[in-house]
Amino acid sequence: MKPSAFEYKSPATLGEAVSLLAAGNGNAKLIAGGQSLMPMLAFRLAAPELLVDLKRIRDLNAITITEDGIALGAKVRWCDIAGDQRLATAHPLLAEAIRHVAHYQIRNRGTVGGSMAHADPSAEMPGIALTCDARLEIIGAGGRRVEEAADFFQGLLQTSLAPAEILTSVHLPAWPAARRWAFREFARRKGDFAMAGVALFYDLDEGRCAANVHIGAIGVADRPVRLASAEAALNGKPVNENSIAAAVAAARAEIDPPSDIHAPAAYRRSLLGTLLERGLNQSIG
Amino acid sequence: MKVEFELNGEAVAVQVEARISLADCLRDNLGKTGTHLGCEHGVCGACTVLVNGDAVRSCLMLAAQVDGEKVVTVEGLSGDDLSPLQASFRKHHALQCGFCTPGFITTAHALLTSEPDADEERVRDVLSGNLCRCTGYVPIVEAVLDARKFYPGAKENS
Amino acid sequence: MKVSNSYVGRPMERVEDMRFLRGRGTYVADVNRLGQLHAVILRSSVAHGIIKSLDITRARAMPGVRHVLAAADFGAAVPRIPLRLQPLPQLEPFHQPVLADRKVRYVGEPIAIVLADTQGIAEDALDHIDLEIETLPAITNREQAEARASLLFEDHGSNAAITWSAFKGDADAAFKAADYVRREKFAVQRHAAMFMEPRGFVAEWNAGEGKLTVWGAAKTAWYNRRVLAAALELEVEAIDLIEVDVGGGFGSRGEFYPEDFLIPAVARMIDRPVKWTEDRREHMMTANHARDIECDVEIAVSHDGRFLGLRGRIWADIGAYIRTNGSVGPRNVAQYMSGPYRFENIDLKATMLTTNKTPSGTYRGPGRFETDFIRERLIDLVAKDLNIDRVELRRKNLVADSQMPYPLASITPFDSSTELDSGDYHAVFDMCMKEFGWAEKSQLSGKLIDGYYHGIAVGSFIEGGAAGPKEDARLVLETDGSLSVYLGSSSVGQGLETIMAQIAADATELPYEKITVHHGSTSHVKDGYGAYHSRSTVMGGSAILLAAEKLKDLVRETAAARFGCAPAEIALDGEQVGFSGINLPLAGLADAPLEVEASFFNKKYTWAYGTQAAHVAVDPGTGHVKVLDYLSVEDVGRIINPLTLHGQAIGSIVQGLGGAFLEHLVYDENGQLLTGSFADYLLPTASDFPHIRSITLELKPCPNNPLGAKGAGEGGLIPVGGIMANAVADALSHLNVQPMELPLSPARIWQLVEDAGAKH
Repeated sequence: MKPSAFEYKSPATLGEAVSLLAAGNGNAKLIAGGQSLMPMLAFRLAAPELLVDLKRIRDLNAITITEDGIALGAKVRWCDIAGDQRLATAHPLLAEAIRHVAHYQIRNRGTVGGSMAHADPSAEMPGIALTCDARLEIIGAGGRRVEEAADFFQGLLQTSLAPAEILTSVHLPAWPAARRWAFREFARRKGDFAMAGVALFYDLDEGRCAANVHIGAIGVADRPVRLASAEAALNGKPVNENSIAAAVAAARAEIDPPSDIHAPAAYRRSLLGTLLERGLNQSIG
Repeated sequence: MKVEFELNGEAVAVQVEARISLADCLRDNLGKTGTHLGCEHGVCGACTVLVNGDAVRSCLMLAAQVDGEKVVTVEGLSGDDLSPLQASFRKHHALQCGFCTPGFITTAHALLTSEPDADEERVRDVLSGNLCRCTGYVPIVEAVLDARKFYPGAKENS
Repeated sequence: MKVSNSYVGRPMERVEDMRFLRGRGTYVADVNRLGQLHAVILRSSVAHGIIKSLDITRARAMPGVRHVLAAADFGAAVPRIPLRLQPLPQLEPFHQPVLADRKVRYVGEPIAIVLADTQGIAEDALDHIDLEIETLPAITNREQAEARASLLFEDHGSNAAITWSAFKGDADAAFKAADYVRREKFAVQRHAAMFMEPRGFVAEWNAGEGKLTVWGAAKTAWYNRRVLAAALELEVEAIDLIEVDVGGGFGSRGEFYPEDFLIPAVARMIDRPVKWTEDRREHMMTANHARDIECDVEIAVSHDGRFLGLRGRIWADIGAYIRTNGSVGPRNVAQYMSGPYRFENIDLKATMLTTNKTPSGTYRGPGRFETDFIRERLIDLVAKDLNIDRVELRRKNLVADSQMPYPLASITPFDSSTELDSGDYHAVFDMCMKEFGWAEKSQLSGKLIDGYYHGIAVGSFIEGGAAGPKEDARLVLETDGSLSVYLGSSSVGQGLETIMAQIAADATELPYEKITVHHGSTSHVKDGYGAYHSRSTVMGGSAILLAAEKLKDLVRETAAARFGCAPAEIALDGEQVGFSGINLPLAGLADAPLEVEASFFNKKYTWAYGTQAAHVAVDPGTGHVKVLDYLSVEDVGRIINPLTLHGQAIGSIVQGLGGAFLEHLVYDENGQLLTGSFADYLLPTASDFPHIRSITLELKPCPNNPLGAKGAGEGGLIPVGGIMANAVADALSHLNVQPMELPLSPARIWQLVEDAGAKH
């Protein structure tokens, strides 16, 4: 279908963009890459009266790597992440997860900010942001604010963003070189949305036991989730067959996955555990 | 609203409703019907064009979003003769009904321009964003691999 | 020097490619007429209901909206679409009205049509049509259909439209006497042709001449023209259906749909050109669905592995109406279940059930994909039970060349019988086994390697082609010496322009470069039939051969008049004619073009055949199946162009793999179609099935047509479902996992493994 009619504005500054959104009274939407918004418009699942394009706004597309970590501007595209060689060491988990996003043409347009704001429960970027304790910078009519990823995702396709707020960057904490990690997802075909996915990392303490275990899952709830009891099954323990089995059992027990035409709940539950098991085995190296 | 951009090397200007997609603008306002609509939902890839050299789904862009940009459609990739990539498709019988073909040509051209040494796995990976119902993809992959040598920077050239 | 062409058999590069590759094809969405309005159809969002009220006032008042039409505007009774195939009187109650007037029976059924200045405005108007539908319970499965709590056609009294019976010999006696019988239930999922170019029409009425021109025709333009003329009460000659470039058909595009009436009818009504195109979501709920069957069948076998009989019931979920060829698939499931194997006794009944879903029609290899899944699965189950090698069991029962013609089951009502024509099934089978490396690969059966269980499977198939009754060709030798070929055959992307030029070049001995082929439009030949049942090469090609002979006779007569001699004294030599040492060029031989027309008649189907084998690896944790090798070997009798034939074979196999693993049109319990885009209806992509091999042979030409061709193009996908399911069963044999349903989705395979594990 063709979208229903709307006005279009392409402001030069973030301030103008915020003002336009505020004046829109809830009927204005941001567009950046448009890879999630345009299909919704084509299905007439969304019918905004005004689109505010971030096209002309500068300084939102940098990948900045410092000792504090990685800052991804909201307009950073998947192809930019894939093409940045520094990330292979600066944040290998991010680099690996993003390899699974969509297809070639979409990767040339889709953005970090767009994916975060759209908050699809199967999307990789929200999953990484949550798993890695990302901090999000947001600008709005009331000024700037910073939010933890854990508070940002609030439900199915819902975030804490107010109608006149714009996510400007995602900060990931610095990544120690010795960190152990894995990313596993399973989709019907390459590039499809994951039926389930796992992002995990941990550090090893002096006793070679897992510490600071972070395990996040996508596709198993209405938003990305941390698997706290799976993490607890590993923290302070060596990562071996026993602790992995315990973590997998805990993970399967703590999720309440949805059913859809591609994956009934029981399958999704089992799949998540299988991916976690394989990811942990892979992380041992 | 007025949208001005470069299309296949020439400056163009159109007057369109804001909601008009780049695909519809190219087809209806500019007569470039080589860009095809197979789904209008951004999945099939038949509508792929090049924007500033990047392969993009033109049904997922508004015409307004290419204001000031450079757009190349399949019509801009050859003159009266076939380009080497197109000739390779013909040689390998990499098309049957031809409907998905412009999307494959623009995508493959973008890929080989930036990665002339792409291997089979990479080619399949990139082409997995374009649907074809007739060929089963085998001859398309062969055609793209066989066309690498025509692109600057390919190993076979140096 | 006598010219002798041999283009047939050569891998000629295609003529069509020149425009397709450069984006200069003309598909119907590329056609525009001055002053055209855009049509958008209001469709039911309710699966089953009674239309209580329809008020178009608000929509009609919108700026840019020119007309809003519904059933009441089309006369006392809205036309209903007749059946093109098996048009039995008892099926008339199930013909689809071109617009719903009292009742809606599926989500997507057309209710009204909006004509506006732009597509966008027309779509905006849909929300402004006030429509009230009182919902009725939706029938979405066999149990509900048979329970009859709700009826789609109240007057009919049941939701079963008709039952076809396929019979041969005495099945009851054979089963009574059999040493061994295995009975199973199977199901194949609803999926569809899903060609890449969505449907569309552009129609223009010329009031002054009383002529209607419609662009967007395909497949069966002449038949459709007759239907349209009757419905519009026009003479057939007043309508031209023009076939432009066609983006795939696979049996589905080109049949007479509601839009085939609505768009031209509206163009005449409002006296303005009308353009209509569908997007993919609309396509999924309007274009023919296919393949949705379940069955309860049994096979009877002697103790030493000789197949004795097939018996059982099949239920086809055909959706809300019977479409023009809606009976073909279900009939074929019953009639062709025996495939290339000897079965002397058959009793299979296929019932067509109406449900509140999009109606069904043919999709490449209709009924054959489904029936081969059933049969090949049964054969592997039998092999396991009787402890006979799967390969030996098949070889033992394949029909031998010496047994041909070999009759298949007959079917009734609308009786038809057919027989396998010629073929060395065993030779092709053995060639496949050797090429595949069966002996070596069997070592891997059931083995766990790097987390994957490996399995292999083999299956044989037949592919019917060359449906009659006839096809027309018209040849015109132009005054410049070039040849124009006009065909009743339709192009759907299969390379018709090239293949027919090859045949014409050889038959007329004119240069290939001077031949242009025109296809599919009613203005080209008096009467044509079109492209279906893999008939174009055989029927169209044979018509060209006959026309070429007539043209040669006409050239001799014309030259004889110039030379003042008898036609028999004229020598034909490529682009010139000669008499007594004097030569004249064909160009300018006459003052006007020389034109002939010929028809080729055919009553007998041709049967291409082959064997396929596959090697898979299954991950029991995720249910993922990797297809490590897929080989098809097929004998097609005569190969006109090996390049295009190979392309058809690979393309068809990949469609089969899509049906085996990915594709599924899913409905919920309210009859809502849950798969509305390519994000949910999954087609194979370039990264899914990289390892496909195809070998095509000219072993046994068909005795029934002058080309010796057997009609190929559908075969590849026919046995794929059965072979994939058997390969998965082989891989997971340690668990005795037995897939009985398609598709083999990861979730389904995982569940089978779970259930099998639970039993241990």
